[in-house]
Amino acid sequence: MPAMNMLQALNSAMDVLLDKHPETVIFGEDSGYFGGVFGATQGLQKKYGLDRVFDAPINEAAIAAMAIGMAAKGLKPIAEIQFADYIFPAFDQIISEMSRLRYRSAGQFVSPVVVRSPWGGGIRGGQTHSMSPEAFFTHIPGVKVAVPSNPYDAKGMLIAASEGDDPVIFFEPKRIYNGPFDGVPDAPLSSWAKHPKGEVPEGHYRVELGKAEIVREGEACTVVTYGTLVHVAVNAAEKAGIDAEIIDLKTLAPYDIETIVASVNKTGRVVVAHEAPRTSGFGAELAAQIQEECFYALEAPVFRLTGWDTPYPHAHEWAYFPGQARFIRALQTVTEAR
Amino acid sequence: MSNGQSRFHVPAPPFRPGDAPDFSHLDLQKAGEAKRPDPLTAPAKMTDLAMGLIGVLDHNHQAVGEWDPRLSPEVLREGLSHMVLTRIYDARMLKLQRQGKMSFYMKSLGEEAVAVAAAMALEKSDMVFPSYRQQGILFARGRNIVDMMCHCISNSRDNLKGRQLPVHYTWAEGNFFSISGNLGTQFPQAVGYAMACAYKGEDTIAASWIGDGTTAAPDFHAAMTLASTYRAPVILNVVNNQWAISTYEGIAKGDSPTFASKGLGYGLASLRVDGNDFLAVYAATKWAADRARKGGGATFIELFTYRADAHSTSDDPSRYRPKNEFEVWPLGDPIERLKNHLIGFGEWDEERHEKLEEQMTALVVKSYKEAESHGTLHDGPLSPTHTIFEDVYATEDWRLRRQRQDLGV
Repeated sequence: MPAMNMLQALNSAMDVLLDKHPETVIFGEDSGYFGGVFGATQGLQKKYGLDRVFDAPINEAAIAAMAIGMAAKGLKPIAEIQFADYIFPAFDQIISEMSRLRYRSAGQFVSPVVVRSPWGGGIRGGQTHSMSPEAFFTHIPGVKVAVPSNPYDAKGMLIAASEGDDPVIFFEPKRIYNGPFDGVPDAPLSSWAKHPKGEVPEGHYRVELGKAEIVREGEACTVVTYGTLVHVAVNAAEKAGIDAEIIDLKTLAPYDIETIVASVNKTGRVVVAHEAPRTSGFGAELAAQIQEECFYALEAPVFRLTGWDTPYPHAHEWAYFPGQARFIRALQTVTEAR
Repeated sequence: MSNGQSRFHVPAPPFRPGDAPDFSHLDLQKAGEAKRPDPLTAPAKMTDLAMGLIGVLDHNHQAVGEWDPRLSPEVLREGLSHMVLTRIYDARMLKLQRQGKMSFYMKSLGEEAVAVAAAMALEKSDMVFPSYRQQGILFARGRNIVDMMCHCISNSRDNLKGRQLPVHYTWAEGNFFSISGNLGTQFPQAVGYAMACAYKGEDTIAASWIGDGTTAAPDFHAAMTLASTYRAPVILNVVNNQWAISTYEGIAKGDSPTFASKGLGYGLASLRVDGNDFLAVYAATKWAADRARKGGGATFIELFTYRADAHSTSDDPSRYRPKNEFEVWPLGDPIERLKNHLIGFGEWDEERHEKLEEQMTALVVKSYKEAESHGTLHDGPLSPTHTIFEDVYATEDWRLRRQRQDLGV
């Protein structure tokens, strides 16, 4: 099986979708001829033509609305929002239109659009190229929210998202486009070629949304996280010598409650982790649900490891990012609590 | 350093309650004067159409000029009938709302031609993305009136399962898109839909309507940019009925000479049309549809009209504008004008008109009785409660399943 990084895997997913489904169209700012600012759509316009992969004007609301209209006519649009930080002009079209069209029309019209967007920090992007706005979207009934953490999942989940019947906000952790990240900023970059999930089949396959994966089995505590922090968590557990069970959530809406509950009931201790700010972050939902379902199994308070309630800083990025040192402290705190 | 010459400026309408409205300041091009270019003409070669006013029916109710669509008396009577039905339906529904039979209502009084003539000029296969004041389209496309009423009173037969405010219709079978309620969101969606029609190689086009106030919204710019960039087969209509709830058109228009002129900067074919002239609305829509189907791309149309009643049942227009504005509105009443046109060449008379009104009133009254037999918002039966958890996603996930169980349905 070929080794692919996440961008190559996403590109391969879109290649498969364009080849298999004539109704697939792809557009976004710089997504056409140039192939996107990160290169996710590189070569696709050349291969499939201007009608199927094209540049959109700098108007995210227009991009989302165009996708909704196309989907209502039976196309399967994959729209790229250049950075998750830029998605807010499209917010009304997503929250009031895309998410509700099936509901408000009682199933007469649907808008199964995929909105792809590079997400998260760790690339010195400053406050406008680093955000993790997933909690805004998990709060919207009617959209699914997915965050893959590796090339294999990225491809399979994007195919599953586009072949599904619901709108999907598909956030791509850009810090790990080119290789997994252990949360230590100065360490040398590692490559997906050395990671088992960097092996990606060429053809069509799906990784269904709504299913989490236990990426490391353990007994001492549970870590529930997604995206870049999955790798930070695995490395922190190894480094600290703490036998953590690490759950890669993959889909945030709807999230896989069964996998979480089974693990927390086993370990009794849990860290929920994300890069986004703490207050009203997705970790708050996870913590609330875990205490409702696992209260009598818990042996320590649920620990929220998150970004701070500040905008994402530029120069002090690594003081904001929940990196290896903070992760180790979190694991120690929950496992040592008595 | 300041020279003290800049001025903070907030525009205000010429007339407020208590003033005697006088529209003689409006410089309206006379019916029949506007030229009718070939529909594939380049926008830059017909910019005058955005500044003037396309009209067909003159002051003597004669059809004049190049834009006369030369419709048969049968088609004209059909249009008149749809407009009369729209008006009678609206009046009846307002009365029922006042009696507490529904939560909310919005009439289209004075704007019947905008919806009915456009719908008749389009093919029934063309997808319409209306705002909330184009119910005339539904009558023109033959929707069952009982079904419309069942939606408005949110009963067990509401095809939207009680999820939408009254008047926010959806009718996929009639190619009538879901009305949002958030203003202008449908404008760029219509462009995307039209692009998909072209992508699929179909002759189908899309048409959308917003009000004058919504031209200020970001989605207006989104739609106009998309329509121009991708030469989408779409008709983008602005119904300039002079009022956005209580806000007069000038707050959205600024110093633009006309709303239609806003289309020129986007490179769109832009027409300003007498919206109270059935023949003009029909002809302009037909021209734009022809342009779209022949690959000429989008057309932007300002329909110059007047909102003769309140925005909705939630506001009282006598608090922000003179009561008699519609009476002195220089472009008259669309139903009266078409009626007089037909009478003028012997194809209609007062007696037949009265009979038509009686028939339509009877139809509306009878339909409401039938609609009410399926329940009302206040007394039920409504859609079963468990349906509130349906259609959120294609399939119910664990969160909705548990919440439905919590509610015990």
